[in-house]
This record gives sequence, structure tokens and C-alpha cells, in this order.
Amino acid sequence: MKNFNFKSAASTKEASKLASGRATFLAGGMSLIPALKLRLAAYSDLINIKNIKGLSGIKVSSKSIKIGATTTHAEVASSKEVGKSIPSLSILADGIGDPQVRNRGTIGGSIANNDPAADYPSACLALNATIHTAKRKIPADKFFKGMFETELKKGELIEAIEFEVPEKSSYVKYPNPASRYAVVGVYVAKFNKEVRVSVTGAGNSVFRSKELETVLSSNFSAVAIDNVNISSKGLNSDIHASAEYRAHLIKVMTRKAVSSC
Amino acid sequence: MTVINLKVNGKKISKEISDSILLSDFLREKLSLTGTHVGCDTSQCGACVVHLNGNSVKSCTTLAADCDNSEITTIEGLSNNGKMHPMQEAFKKNHGLQCGFCTPGMVMSAVDLLKKNKNPNEKEIRDWLEGNICRCTGYQGIVEAVKDAASKV
Amino acid sequence: MVSLIGSKLERKEDKRFLTGKGNYTADINLVNQTYASFVRSPHARAKINKIDISKAEKSPGVVKILTGEDLAKDKIGGLIAGWKIVSQDGKDMKVPPHPPLANDTVNYVGDHVAIVIAETLEQAKNAADLVNVSYKIKKAVVNTKEAMNSEAIYEGIEKNLCFDFLLGDKGKTDEGLSKSDKIIKLDLINNRLIPNAMEPRASIGDYNPSSEQLTLYTTNQNPHLTRLVLSAFSAIAPEHKFRVVAPDVGGGFGSKIYPYAEDAVVAWASKKIERPVKWVAERSESFLSDCHGRDHVTHVELGVKNDGKITALKVETIANIGAYASLFATVTPTYLYAPLILGLYDISAASCNVKAVFTNTAPVDAYRGAGRPEATFLIERIVTEAAKEIGMDQAEFRKKNFIKKFPHQQCLVHNIDSGDYSAHLEKALEISDYKNFENRRSQSSKKGKLRGIGFSTYIEACGIAPSAVVMSIGAGVGLWESAEIRFNATGNVSVFTGSHSHGQGHETTFAQIVGDKLGVPIENIDVVHGDTDKGPFGMGTYGSRSLAVGGTAIAKACDKIVEKGKKVAAHMLEGKPEDIEFKAGEFVLKNSNKKKTIGEIAFACYLPGQFGEVKSPLPAGVEPGLKETAFYDPINFSFPAGTHICEVEVDEDTGETKVEKYTAVDDFGTIINPMIVEGQVYGGIAQGVGQALYENGHYDESGQLTTASYMDYTMPRADNFPQIKLGFTSTPATSNPLGAKGCGEAGAIAAPPAVMNAVIDAVGTDVSMPATAEKVWKALKKNPSKKAAA
Repeated sequence: MKNFNFKSAASTKEASKLASGRATFLAGGMSLIPALKLRLAAYSDLINIKNIKGLSGIKVSSKSIKIGATTTHAEVASSKEVGKSIPSLSILADGIGDPQVRNRGTIGGSIANNDPAADYPSACLALNATIHTAKRKIPADKFFKGMFETELKKGELIEAIEFEVPEKSSYVKYPNPASRYAVVGVYVAKFNKEVRVSVTGAGNSVFRSKELETVLSSNFSAVAIDNVNISSKGLNSDIHASAEYRAHLIKVMTRKAVSSC
Repeated sequence: MTVINLKVNGKKISKEISDSILLSDFLREKLSLTGTHVGCDTSQCGACVVHLNGNSVKSCTTLAADCDNSEITTIEGLSNNGKMHPMQEAFKKNHGLQCGFCTPGMVMSAVDLLKKNKNPNEKEIRDWLEGNICRCTGYQGIVEAVKDAASKV
Repeated sequence: MVSLIGSKLERKEDKRFLTGKGNYTADINLVNQTYASFVRSPHARAKINKIDISKAEKSPGVVKILTGEDLAKDKIGGLIAGWKIVSQDGKDMKVPPHPPLANDTVNYVGDHVAIVIAETLEQAKNAADLVNVSYKIKKAVVNTKEAMNSEAIYEGIEKNLCFDFLLGDKGKTDEGLSKSDKIIKLDLINNRLIPNAMEPRASIGDYNPSSEQLTLYTTNQNPHLTRLVLSAFSAIAPEHKFRVVAPDVGGGFGSKIYPYAEDAVVAWASKKIERPVKWVAERSESFLSDCHGRDHVTHVELGVKNDGKITALKVETIANIGAYASLFATVTPTYLYAPLILGLYDISAASCNVKAVFTNTAPVDAYRGAGRPEATFLIERIVTEAAKEIGMDQAEFRKKNFIKKFPHQQCLVHNIDSGDYSAHLEKALEISDYKNFENRRSQSSKKGKLRGIGFSTYIEACGIAPSAVVMSIGAGVGLWESAEIRFNATGNVSVFTGSHSHGQGHETTFAQIVGDKLGVPIENIDVVHGDTDKGPFGMGTYGSRSLAVGGTAIAKACDKIVEKGKKVAAHMLEGKPEDIEFKAGEFVLKNSNKKKTIGEIAFACYLPGQFGEVKSPLPAGVEPGLKETAFYDPINFSFPAGTHICEVEVDEDTGETKVEKYTAVDDFGTIINPMIVEGQVYGGIAQGVGQALYENGHYDESGQLTTASYMDYTMPRADNFPQIKLGFTSTPATSNPLGAKGCGEAGAIAAPPAVMNAVIDAVGTDVSMPATAEKVWKALKKNPSKKAAA
């Protein structure tokens, strides 16, 4: 790793102030530190945000779950309230990385990083989440811009993510056997007025599948998916899976998700 | 440079460190606790697992500076007055190790599992150990060891 | 006294590993130590125009930067291929020079260009980034099959061909094929594997200018041979001034048998700067520069009669050996491979042609099983297809063709001393509950899963030794083994072995042999290995040879101890040596109750005189001391064999395959410690399952390794396996007095065809290794008749 300064911020204000120049925020560091180690990234300053009071924790209401940015995956996975209100979100958190990643990695970090194969971005899109920063509230639909790109401005810190509670929902992924990231992960959420289906791992960033949403909105059943044609155009193709296979997996994972809703 | 104060294996430590030193390097190079191993550079293998405030973490993906005011337990701190922890005993009895390189991380991870799930079934054990790679044992003896330890802890 | 041999003793070495007290190379830090980082080629094939170190040299903390030019100036020689293979036209194999730092060309991504030595590792890495190498990039040769039709990488090595080897009689084989009722043909790929011992390689060079002694601490399975090669060929230091220490080593699987460029370079650099130089590989460096394994493309033909009798076997293989010929790279796809294509079947005509090719990829050398997994894969795949083709049960077809009488001279090379192949097959059928397989298949089908079963009845040639044999076929050294037993005056024992333990548990197994042979409590026995300054010259650990060859050397040394002890005891007990019986640690004079313990004898040997009450005379002409050395060179290889049966379930939606049930019954002859042997089998199977379903070393067209981390190279993990069921049968080897056959590689040899036969049974069409989900899904698409019932 190239040398950097480690600074701890006591408040979101201080964090934003410190985040000037070649500085970045450090939460769990589960993506950032490996990138630094492999010299794929270098920063002058790492601003630790884990000591900021109020950034961690889970608040549940009848309509939504609001999770603080530095809440770890393990905390979300083991939260009884989350398990009761949106069980699929607990399942998702419990399937991120491995136990050590879950003990350290945070929801805010995952979303800010927007890895194309990460799990949480799919939850944000499917559960119509709102990303709260110090300055504004960003709807998930406008947040994820592209591979490792988000709507966040320089120095803008995520404070919390608020998920809408659906009628029912499910997340199913086909993990890459090596990295265990999603080759394809599909999050299906049925709300009173709409069905939202998001897909991670398959494209250069998480996306919603309009075809699947349309079909499932009129008939929320696994068989309804059989006749949907998922195009492989624009999907990722790499040594782990061709675009064609990913397109196929989107259907399979959606079917499984709907069945397990 | 930063000064950090922390407890490692029950001992209070105050050290001046480089801001960018990893916890694994800090333990190995600055405290000579070489039982914590480094087997990869992508946070996958788990040879470096230690406990940070009671939870298992990958010390190769944790900054030492981030452990100020924390409690760390490494494999060296698991035995008590020369008496091995039941998990260590179970690994020995069930041939849960061969070359020994992944072993410290594997044991630390397994100990954390039993903290969180006192009586895991085989699937839960295998799933939990997802973050620890062993090339020698085929995981057979390891899984047996964890089951055995669970019956005793 | 209960026999220690055959006991499931817990391992003596475990406590240190479990408490974090192991001593691996990376754990060693020396006073005044420097840190090294290697500049490696980012290109698969290029000419080096210029290496500019001017900026890097000025970088903070830099102590020294050395390149191939410096190496040449110091006349440091290259790494060698240790086994000469002769082509079928009678010409010797062709190998390019392999300098530890590149001279003017680089030949694979990761090839060594320069070493940067600095006060800290960060400084070394920062400076390495500043070394400016200008390359003229050339088109890389990557593909195994295409290598012979590609531009020659090296001048004078036409068609990139290292050798064109033939074993067996082609004429007779063709005749055998023509007499058959059916000829089964298969085209197979044996995928490239990256060994991935969990401990990354590391080396520390430590030159002492006062004594002129050079010490190399290194992650190695074979410290004496490493010293020999680096002395005799690389001229790093003369052997008597060169100590190689391989302390605790975190797994090897073949990848740490040989000296690497980094070993030579840090040792040499330490001499130049007169300070210790430490290098520890990052995992990404291991992926690029550890020797890889396998990488064969094979065409195989098997002739069978309608009654199931095999008439002939013909094999044509292209073996990729990478950019340079590594130490065992040439023997692995020839003598460790070709003789084994016959499996454990009685086949009267066979031939095996192997063309070894150079490519711009990491060198390929021995990896767990070395040659034998490749042979077993082809014979077990084609035998399975043959049984299907003529409509015979897999077990029955195999039984019909098994070798049944021993010793059996095979038509290619080996004379198999012992075995009972039906015994392990029957036992495996029973343990695996073969008769109820179809019930399980329909159960799976109800869940929407396709279930398949696969057999692998295998044989391997282990105990890699007989010097007379191996040297006659090209080995540069004999492959005997050494042992020394040193009794201390107080009766405890140090055992020195030339074998090297890096997970195999020698400290326990060898102590069990000595404890049994000499009647010494196991806690009073210390097994010492891995240091050329301590024990006699040894040949190291690989090829499942440690027990059969190294263990026998220990047993022989024990015999010598007893022989001397008898002389001393006879003198002390006032009898004749031939009237002394040794049993359970006691020398007893026949027909008397007079006896001496071995401890008393040891004491007497070291204190041959009278001191107060103690009177310990030695007979005339007997030297003081109790220390014996033995070198053992067996008369033949040993031939472990067994039956592995695998059942898989394939998810027809995703193509994902899971091993549901795995049974292995092995015949390893005499077993010293069943717990350790079981561990070896489990580990081998896991690597074999890894090869079949998950692992693949993949280069893209430009020669970049696309699977260069655990993010992309699939290592088998705990959740990939069911509990594996084991059984054993035993027909002791006759080639060594212990009767041991070797167990370290069996799993890796037997498992790939067992798993693949199961996958193919489930899917109904051929799939190549690794049978990834996508490949299986595509195969199912092509073969829609295979559908689960649900």
C-alpha cells in the first residue's frame, strides 16, 4: 500500500470537511483496503467514519426500515426487526462475502462503492430505497450511475439507507464459485401498487428489469416468467459466465425468487 | 505516524505506528505474533483471522490504526496458561490440520462460530467456514473438529 | 507393548501449529535484514530493449537493484531440467536457457526481470514501480494445441517442441485395435491447475562474510536437492559453504519441490550486499510464478471385444510445459504418465506418444500426482465410455479387465508386485450402497436434480525411487533416501530424515516406526528434517515416497542400531550376539532372565568405562557412540490402488454440480497411522474434486493469466463437499520391508475421473474439466433428453 494518513471524524460535518483533495471515506474497508493493497487505488487520506455517532443502527417503522450507513452486514443479518419486517434483506445481508466480511463490511460502504456484483444495490432498487446524505435524499433509482459510479458528490457522505417495506420479497443469487460475489442476483419485491425486480452481477451496474416487472405485475407467479425473453445484449461476459448464461440465470433466479416469496 | 492504545491477548499495548500499516503486519512485524498468517492479497483465504472486540475479522483487511482502543485476540492468545482452547484440542484430535498454515485463521473463525451458534449443524459449519481456505485437509477433519468442540464448549 | 504401527496417534507437530508457534520462512526475521521486491514481466513474450534503474535507484531506502546483466557478470547459471528425455527419433530433448533474471527476453507474465532491495518492503515496492523496462512485445504462444503450429519462441527449438516421446509398440497397438470389435475414441483436456499451497513461497538469503557461509531459508520440499542444484548448476555457493533450511512449510503439493529463480537471486544478492535479503511472495505473485500443473490435450483410443475384454490402448498427448523446462517438467508427462495409462487393467498392447511444447505461460511441473492423474483420467474416462458402449455394468467391465495375478509385468514398463483390485472394488460398492443408486437417482429427480454416478478404479506408481531404473531413463540423480538415528546418552533419540514434512505428519509417523522398532516411548523421539546442516543428504518429499523410501531408510537405520546394541548387550550380559534377542526395547540373553534396556545400552555406548558405580564396558573393536545412518534404494516402485465412487447432483436450471456422495477404498499396503492416511486421502480428493469441478488456470490469447487471484481461481471450500466415506484394503508392497505403498497422491489421482464420470452420467454427454455450471448448462441444452422428473 502507498502511505496515507488515517483520520477519524467525530461528526459527518468533520468527515466532509476532511474529505478534500485525494481523500476518501473509510467504513468497513472490505473493498477499499484490498484495492489499496493491490495498488489499484491510492489516497492521501482515509477518513474513518465509524466513530461518528448516529451513523450506525437500525430503525424500523411499519412502512420502512432505516439502516445507518456504518451498520455492519452482520448486524443487519442478525437484526430480529429486519428479519420480521423484510426477511429477504436479512437473508441478503447474511449472504454477503463471508462471516469476517460481514463482521466488518457496512451497508453504506457497499452502496457507495457500487460494485457491479455487490448484493445491497439490488436491495436498494427493489425496495425503492432512499439514500440519505447530509445534504439530500436520493432515490435509489437515481443513485446508481454505472460501474463503481454513484450520484454521490465528492465529500458527500451517506448517513442512512431507508428501505420501503414490501408486501413480500425475496433475493436469490447465483454466486461466483471463486469470489462468491453474485454472477447474477435477483431481488424481487411486491408492493401494493407495483412489482420491482432488480438485477445485480449481470450488467456493468445494478439495474431494474422492466420486462420482468411488467410480467410479474400482472401475474405474480414463477410460471409467468417462462415466456419472458431476457436479452443477453449489454450483459457482462467474462471467464465466469457468458452474457447468454447470465441472461438465462436472470430468469432462473427470478423464478426462484418469486417461488420463495 | 499515530499512537494506538489497544489490548492484544489481554495485554495493554501502546505503540507508535504508520497510519497505513495493516493489522496483520502490525501483529506479525511489530508484536512478533507470527501465528497470524497472510495467505493471499484479496481477503479471501482467512489465514489472518483474529478477533477484534470479540468478532472474527480478517486482519489483512483491517488497519491497525482502526483498532485504537480495541481488544484483539490472536491464535497465541487463545490458550489459557498453556492449556489449549477446546477448539484447538478438537483440531488436534480430529486431524483438522496438516501443514498448519491456514490453521490459526481457521481456529479463530471456528471459535467465533461457536460464540454465535452454540450447536451448529454440518451445513452451518461448512457455510461459516466459507472465508477460510484450506488446501490440505479437504475440510473433513476441520468440520469434525468444530462438531466435536461444539459438543464440549 | 502395543504396536505403534497402525495406531491413530494424534500428531506431535500439532501443538505448535495450533498455538501459533509454527516457524514458517516468512516468520523468520534476521538482524540487518533487507527486503526484496521483484520486477516481473507484464508481457507474455517480449524482447527487453532496456532496463533503466536510474530513477528507482534514487528512491528512498533502496539498497541495491540487480538485473540479468549483473547475474551474467557473476557467472550465475540458470535453472535446470533435471530429467533428460529422448525423442522417438533418438535425439535429446531441447530446452532453452532459464536464467533466474531475464537476459534479453521475457517469456511469460511474471518472468523475473530485476530484484529491488530496500530497507523496508514498501520502499522496495515503491522503487520497483520506478524501474523502467522498455519491451518490444512479440506475439505470445499460449494455446497447448496450437503451440507446434505457432512461431518458435526460442531459436533452435523448432515447432516449440521440447521432445516427441514414444512409449510402447505402435504396431502391436494398431494390430490390437484392429482385432477389437469396437474402438472407443475420446478427446480430452486435462486442465491447467495452480497448486496454491496456502503458504506463499518465501526465501531469505543470509550470507556471512566471516565464515563465507551462505544460508538460504526457503519454502521447499527438498532442501538438499535445492542446495545441490543451486551449487552445481547456478554456482551460487559451493555445497560445503551453503546451507539450505526449509523450516515449517505450509503445503507444497509439488510446487515447492524445485529451486525457483527467487531462491537463486536472493541467495546471490545477499552475498553481494552482505546483508540478509528477504522475499515473501504475495498471492498474486504465486499465481503468476509458482509452477503450474497438468495442461494436457489428449486423444485416446481403446479397442474392446464385445465380451468386454480390452485389446489395445493408444494415446496421443500434447503436454504444455510452459515457458521453461522446470526441474521435473520433462519426466512428469513421460515416465510418470505414459506407463500409467494402462491403469490396473490387463492390456497386452499399448502406446503413448507425448509431444511436450513450450508456450509463453508459467512453467508447468509436478503437481500432486504428477502424470498419474493425467493417465488415470484418460483410462478411467475411456473405460467408462467403453462399458457404456457395449452395455456392461461399470463394475463388471472393470473386474473383467483387472490384473488378477501378481507379480504382473505390464506391456509398457511396470512390474506390479501386489494388489487385489476386486477387493477394493467390492468394498467400495458396499460402502457406497451401489445397489440402491437408482433409488437415489429417482429421489434426486423428484427434486428437479439430475443424479449421476462415476467410477474410478486406479493404480499409481509411488515410492518414487529405484535409482537404477530412474537413472536409466534420464534422471539426473538417484532417488534413494537417507536416515540417521542418533541415540543420546540419556536414551532419547533424534531421527534425521532426508524426507521433508510440509503437512504429511512425518514427525509422528516416523516416530511411530522408530518407537516400534526400538521400543522407545514416542515422546522421547524427535524427528528432524529440513536443514542441510543437520541430517545426511536426502532426496525430499514428493511422489508419495516418504514412507516407502524414507520410512524404510529409518527402519534400516533402526536395524543397524539393534545390531550394534546386540554386540554391546552380549558383552555386558556375558553371552554371544547371536544369543541376544531384541524385543520391545530390551536386549535379552536367550534362556536367561538377563537383559539390558536399549537406554542402558545407549548409555554404555557413550560412557565406555567405569565411573563410580557405573560400569559400561564396550566390547573390543566396537566404536563408542550409538548413531547409525542408512541409505535406502528400493528395488521397485510401489503400486497403491483403489476404487473411488462419486455421486453428483446437477441442477438442471443452473448447471451447477454438487458432489453428494463420495466413497474411496484404497489399498496402501501397510498403514502406520490411519488418521494421517485418512487425512491425506481427504485432502487429495478435495484437490481432485477441485480439478474436476472448479479449478482452471486460464490464460487469454495475449498470455495474461486471467485467473490470477482467489477472486477468479476457484479454490474448493468447505461448503463444496459432503462428508467423504473411506475404507481400506491391504496387500502389502513387496518392494520395501515396511510393506508401505504411499498415500499422498491417491485422492488427487482417483477423484477427477470419478467426479467427471458422475457428471457425464448425469448430463448424458461429454463435458470437459472443470465442469463449471455454465459448461454443464450448455451440455444440457444440447442434450435436452436429460430432464429430471419434476
